[in-house]
Amino acid sequence: MTEPYRIQGETGEWEVVLGLEVHAQVISQAKLFSGSSTKFGSEANTQVSLVDAAMPGMLPVINRECVEQAVRTGLALKAQINLRSVFDRKNYFYADLPQGYQISQYKDPIVGEGVLLLDLPDGSTKSVGIERLHLEQDAGKSLHDQHPQKTYIDLNRSGVALMEIVSKPDLSSPEEAGLYVKKLRSILRYVGTCDGNMQEGSMRADVNVSVRKPGDPLGTRCEIKNMNSVRFIHQAIEYEARRQIEILESGGKIDQETRLFDTGRGETRSMRSKEDAHDYRYFPDPDLLPLVLDQARVDALGADLPELPDVKKARFIADFGLSPYDAAILVEERATADWYEKLAKGRDPKIAANWLISELFGALNKAGKDLVDSPVSADALGGLVDLIGDGTISGRIAKEVFAEMFETGKSAGEIVEEKGLRQVSDTGAIEGIIDEVLAENADKVEQYRGGKDKLFGFFVGQTMKKSQGKANPGMVNELLRKKLDG
Amino acid sequence: MSLDKATVASIANLARIKVPDDRLEAMVGDLNAILGFVEQLDEVDTSGVEPLASVTGHTLPQREDAVTDGGYQARVTANAPESAHGFFVVPKVVE
Amino acid sequence: MTDLLDLSLAEAKAKLAAKDISSTELTKAYIARMEATSALNAYITTTPDKALQMAEQADARLAKGEGGALEGIPLAIKDLFCTEGVPTTAASHILDGFIPPYESTVTTNLWNAGAVLLGKTNLDEFAMGSSNVTSYYGPVENPWRSTDEPDKKRVPGGSSGGSAAVVAARSALAATGTDTGGSIRQPASFSGIVGIKPTYGRCSRWGIVAFASSLDQAGPMARTVEDASILLQTMAGHDPKDSTSAGEPMADLSAALDQGVRGMRIGVPAEYKVEGLPEEISKVWQQGIDWLKAEGAEIVDISLPHTKYALATYYIIAPAEASSNLARYDGVRYGLRVDGDSLAEMYANTRAEGFGDEVQRRVLIGTYVLSAGYYDAYYLKAQKVRALLRRDFDQAFETVDAILTPTAPSDAFAIGENEDDPVKMYLQDVFTVPASLAGLPGISVPAGLSARGLPMGLQVLGRMFDEGSVVRVGRALERAADFSAVPAMVREG
Repeated sequence: MTEPYRIQGETGEWEVVLGLEVHAQVISQAKLFSGSSTKFGSEANTQVSLVDAAMPGMLPVINRECVEQAVRTGLALKAQINLRSVFDRKNYFYADLPQGYQISQYKDPIVGEGVLLLDLPDGSTKSVGIERLHLEQDAGKSLHDQHPQKTYIDLNRSGVALMEIVSKPDLSSPEEAGLYVKKLRSILRYVGTCDGNMQEGSMRADVNVSVRKPGDPLGTRCEIKNMNSVRFIHQAIEYEARRQIEILESGGKIDQETRLFDTGRGETRSMRSKEDAHDYRYFPDPDLLPLVLDQARVDALGADLPELPDVKKARFIADFGLSPYDAAILVEERATADWYEKLAKGRDPKIAANWLISELFGALNKAGKDLVDSPVSADALGGLVDLIGDGTISGRIAKEVFAEMFETGKSAGEIVEEKGLRQVSDTGAIEGIIDEVLAENADKVEQYRGGKDKLFGFFVGQTMKKSQGKANPGMVNELLRKKLDG
Repeated sequence: MSLDKATVASIANLARIKVPDDRLEAMVGDLNAILGFVEQLDEVDTSGVEPLASVTGHTLPQREDAVTDGGYQARVTANAPESAHGFFVVPKVVE
Repeated sequence: MTDLLDLSLAEAKAKLAAKDISSTELTKAYIARMEATSALNAYITTTPDKALQMAEQADARLAKGEGGALEGIPLAIKDLFCTEGVPTTAASHILDGFIPPYESTVTTNLWNAGAVLLGKTNLDEFAMGSSNVTSYYGPVENPWRSTDEPDKKRVPGGSSGGSAAVVAARSALAATGTDTGGSIRQPASFSGIVGIKPTYGRCSRWGIVAFASSLDQAGPMARTVEDASILLQTMAGHDPKDSTSAGEPMADLSAALDQGVRGMRIGVPAEYKVEGLPEEISKVWQQGIDWLKAEGAEIVDISLPHTKYALATYYIIAPAEASSNLARYDGVRYGLRVDGDSLAEMYANTRAEGFGDEVQRRVLIGTYVLSAGYYDAYYLKAQKVRALLRRDFDQAFETVDAILTPTAPSDAFAIGENEDDPVKMYLQDVFTVPASLAGLPGISVPAGLSARGLPMGLQVLGRMFDEGSVVRVGRALERAADFSAVPAMVREG
């Protein structure tokens, strides 16, 4: 276990209690209750049906795929699937909420309690409870910067299916909150129910923050709305926790409220005054009947799920001997894990993991690229690892070859041949080079033999240099000893 | 339960209906008459009764995931009191 | 009075098919009658040009021996059904200028069957009312006048008051209505016509301006049980666009009509003998019982113990749903907008000016009963009592095939009466609301005239999806009552 996260206040140490509500846009062709497209970035109001625009007399009909996506996600979170769930109306007025209510699930969500494992940096895990997952409609978009006195409304996003995934207040540091979002994103992407694209807003998080002295009961919480990056989540929690501690330490009390994180200023501020507190008047949507699933269908969806990150991680540790830390990195994205498995097949899995994590990820990072855009394929990197394994090149040369592969996209073999980088393991050839080195440095040979042992390294270096790094370092050592100590 | 003016004013705010002061009194009276009438339900013993969710006893039909609608911006905005460049337009919203 | 206007829908259908008359002739007669009766204020929008165009097309199809079940039949449509390219108001100021770019499923079914649109009929604003006085377009006058106060204009009932009035006044051959708590049956009773509220889910709600979604149901209003049956057969049908639409097959109503009631068990609920029920209503009810008995039905006394709570239940559930359904009228995407300095003010101004008093009352009551801390006491409680009401009917229908009751607790009252207290008006729905809450099908059939010469209807309720029995009993009553009275304005032409 890592050290618990504590904030030092004037009156002592404080801990934070965090719960997250993540809104994840469901991957589907059409919207939750209408047949219009979910595509991102189209011209205003072109992906809007009469239902989405809440024309009089229009009625919702649910999209089967969205229901199944919610079930898949629930199963991936090892959660209770509720075979009977109910859609409710959440009533409030807003310009981008055309019906004057959002269709959501309140008392009877489709998914109940589940669990998510955080992969902590020290290689251990922490279990975080999932409270529930429910389906609901996304709202439209208000554009405030198009006109000085007007707000423009685009309903393209209105009615797209969202999953709201609510955690228990089990998180206790900004890092854990960040890891939670990353892990949830990983699971959603594995099962293909949300693309996890936080920049485009397809995944957004509300964070409930409260503080308390260790051992005290839960404090009053504030909800920070709508954050779309892990970095902002970190910053917002840190700021909000400090704000609450300052209030409490100066004898004040926390108002339960909704706050907004101002990314420019790095601070949270109150979103709505208390007078305007929302009374959502939830009630079952009379346009919709209870949603009933049968167990066989749920089982079939479960059977079709891919291997999930936690299982894959355990397998990588058990079968490949990887450290939990490396395994966690490799399984975060399904594509990465697949890539790795292709690379590791028939090769030393630890060397393969090393090359992928330290060399390829490093290079990709520097180049600002993702693994999918990697100029070096799994087969190509495998080719390089093979050349090290069979002694064709040394590890040192391999790094040089890798840099060239990354630059040009050529295969390791090609580069080794073109540049003549093949390791020299021929005794005669190496002896020839050693003889030259010793002849050129007769004075140093004298000194060495006179007892200056440290010079051995110098001779190795000179020999390698003369061989342009190609000489087999083991053989160089062995032959030099023979010649010098003879 | 009897509503007072302040409560009716806050309900009206929640429902986004402006009720001018001179009409508030009459509205309070009307609403209290209706509430007084419906409160006779208190007499009914409903312990152990499940609320009626659907008179037909049917469950929710589900449609296939296919794009079958939309793509008619002009039709959607044709009735709008104010629109521009395909957007609906409202007074500036300040958050 | 021309002969054309005297034809029932069934008769007109036969004559059109036989090419004895043309749809254009028939439609022209109705257009003329619409104009002659315009003082009733029963239509909000008339569409004579469109009607003639549709009639011409119908004639072309009829000439080829083609045509649907309603080919060439001129109909009026309650202005709660969205009609593509034709203004749709819900009788509310808030839908000012709204022209739907779509056609409701029910009216689509009618046009596909060859029917002709005469116009859109007046109603209580958003169908909230029992007298058609809450319309932004003004009250509708019932074509019937009483013999004791012949100068007093009377209400046609509501909310489908315009549809009832045009059928009674012969300014449409038949009409569509919608019924949430009695809005087809009560005006049918007040106007001396037949109205059917089908089983909930029978007619698609898609494209009908919503009042209370769990109760709203479209149905036919016509001069005879047969006419209403023909119309319903076309209006009904499963619609995948409405998640609450039912797939259960409906009986062939025309075939069911004349099967008679011999051997049927007809329930008479004790709880409908409410205190203060006018003597005449009791009498016509007893008359109905006697007729059915004479036709060979067995009369069974039944009990529907929660009946007295139906109205209170209804006046929680319907306003609650309405408060949410009417949230979309915000001045952003269609209809009226009254400016304000902020968005919230624009909403509040628009909705204050756009909604009339009764709508505002119901939206506020609905908002209140759903609000934090009151939901369980009002809405949830009401849904539980609703379950008990339904249970009452389920138990009754274990022993009876249909239930006979009065449709309304009075005959048509004068415009301006019952307006001093909203609750007084709500009592109009006392006999119709229980079946609405339970989702059951019902019909109102004219059974006689009150002492002051106004029509009174009887209501027949059936099991879920058993419209067959409803029209069968309705037809038996109609035959026995032999109701042939017409308003003076019709008699005099």
